[in-house]
Amino acid sequence: MDWYPLINSLRIAAISSVIVFFAGIFCAYYVAKLPRVLKGVLDVVLTLPLVLPPTVVGYFLLLIFGVQRPVGMWLDTIGIRFVMTWYGGVITAAVVAFPLMYRTARGAFESFDSTLAYSGQTLGLSNSFIFWRIRMPYCRQGILAGTVLAFARALGEYGATSMLIGYTPGRTATISTSVYQYWRTGDDRSAMIWVLVNLAISAVVLLTVNLLEKKQRGGAR
Amino acid sequence: MSLVVDIKKRLGDFCLDVSFTAEDGIMGILGPSGCGKSMTLRCIAGVERPDEGHIELDGVTLFDSVGRVNLRPQERRVGYLFQNYALFPNMTVRQNILCGLRSEPDRAKRERELARYVELMQLGGLEGHYPAQLSGGQQQRVALARILVNRPKLLMLDEPFSALDSHLREKLLVEMKGILEGYGGVSLAVTHSRDEAYDLCSTIALMQNGSIHTLKPTKQLFADPGTVAGAAMTGCKNFSRAKKLGEYELEALDWGIRLTTARPVPEDVTHVGIRAHYFSPGCKQNNYPVTLTGSIEEPFEDIVCFRWKSQPGGTPDLWWRIPKQFRPQGVTKDYALGIAPANVLALRDTNLK
Repeated sequence: MDWYPLINSLRIAAISSVIVFFAGIFCAYYVAKLPRVLKGVLDVVLTLPLVLPPTVVGYFLLLIFGVQRPVGMWLDTIGIRFVMTWYGGVITAAVVAFPLMYRTARGAFESFDSTLAYSGQTLGLSNSFIFWRIRMPYCRQGILAGTVLAFARALGEYGATSMLIGYTPGRTATISTSVYQYWRTGDDRSAMIWVLVNLAISAVVLLTVNLLEKKQRGGAR
Repeated sequence: MSLVVDIKKRLGDFCLDVSFTAEDGIMGILGPSGCGKSMTLRCIAGVERPDEGHIELDGVTLFDSVGRVNLRPQERRVGYLFQNYALFPNMTVRQNILCGLRSEPDRAKRERELARYVELMQLGGLEGHYPAQLSGGQQQRVALARILVNRPKLLMLDEPFSALDSHLREKLLVEMKGILEGYGGVSLAVTHSRDEAYDLCSTIALMQNGSIHTLKPTKQLFADPGTVAGAAMTGCKNFSRAKKLGEYELEALDWGIRLTTARPVPEDVTHVGIRAHYFSPGCKQNNYPVTLTGSIEEPFEDIVCFRWKSQPGGTPDLWWRIPKQFRPQGVTKDYALGIAPANVLALRDTNLK
């Protein structure tokens, strides 16, 4: 049994979740402060990957990172290639999962009581202290939910991933692309194993979230 | 110390245009909700930016649109007690108060200050509690401790008692007065309650539609509000159009009576006001016959509605507030009420609503 797809999927999901965590929070925080028109436009752009078919996202990513394209060619000269490599999967997973983090974080920030920030400022607290020690803990529920959703989505990403990095056993194979490949080649037993693995991971993730939420509700009382 | 404010800010249809100077002591800003009281405090604190103007505290310019000065809220040394107290919910009482001491580098001194204010605000034993575990009054004291340890040059209170039960209010009013007097610097208290303003403040600014139209020492303001709006805001219920007759005499046109005053009647008098408490059957001055038209019973007082016998039709009834035990029993139609000349308020301004 080759466990490469599991390891590959987990590292792609983990790394892209970290990227999406910071990028989502950063965008959620700053977009909320922009003037209304710009906010509306950026909001649409940042949410698009959520509603576009993943294959369309994959197509766009190929337009950018394809080795015949300017960006892709330039990256190639410094030794980075996102096409047909496992870290290309990090890019696709991050792009597809980003809107989930961005939107939940924005919802959480919008529910933040801004007088808390104001009172912190009048007490002389720095803006970064207010952000990390007051705003983030206040919004932790939403941010945690966003992170988990993003992780789950990154783990299950198929369409854009298959277009940008394809399926190469031992090099770019992920759980979801493996399931498709095994099913396509008639290897139902292997497909079923990966389906069960996927189910197990998803169940563990959801269970963890529920436990964390329960613990938090208990602690807040 | 003194605070000088002269700012303008436009928000849609609403225009804030405030200018005043406050000295040491407690100044109240009294006005209906939505008149711009809180926005004024926010501009002084620096969390809102006025369109133009000048704010100066203790000789330091906090904001000046011409000189392009706009200090960050962190640099203004302004203590702001928010209506909901704005305690950080994820921090204990101790951590909340220590937030006001973060600029103090000496750890031992931080602990000393913390202990001093915990003692002063009667918060002993609550240091490890979270805000959600405290009563409204305790939350208010934590918020005050957090502000006072930060040694602000100006203290601003936004509706400090509105989040409290009414029976706690009076007790905390007394406490708050003591705390503010102990603080000693300039304090601004925003409120829509004339009772709170009267109890707490040495001077009162009356604010309406975004600007301050009257600023007087409290006692003087209540004795002689000067304007119709001022009289209404300080609780005067009975108004009539008025015409000057002599140095100490005016005619109440809507009531059909002549009234003698204790203070000289201004040339431009337009109205006369009489507070509901100030009618007296025993007073021989300004005494005229009345017809009682109805009454409303309250726990300790009655409100009696009446009309002067000579009152023309189409004018509203007057209100007379009287403690229950003094309410005339078996009143028939013939009754007369007098008003001491000192309680006849000669008023200017016509925007009676």
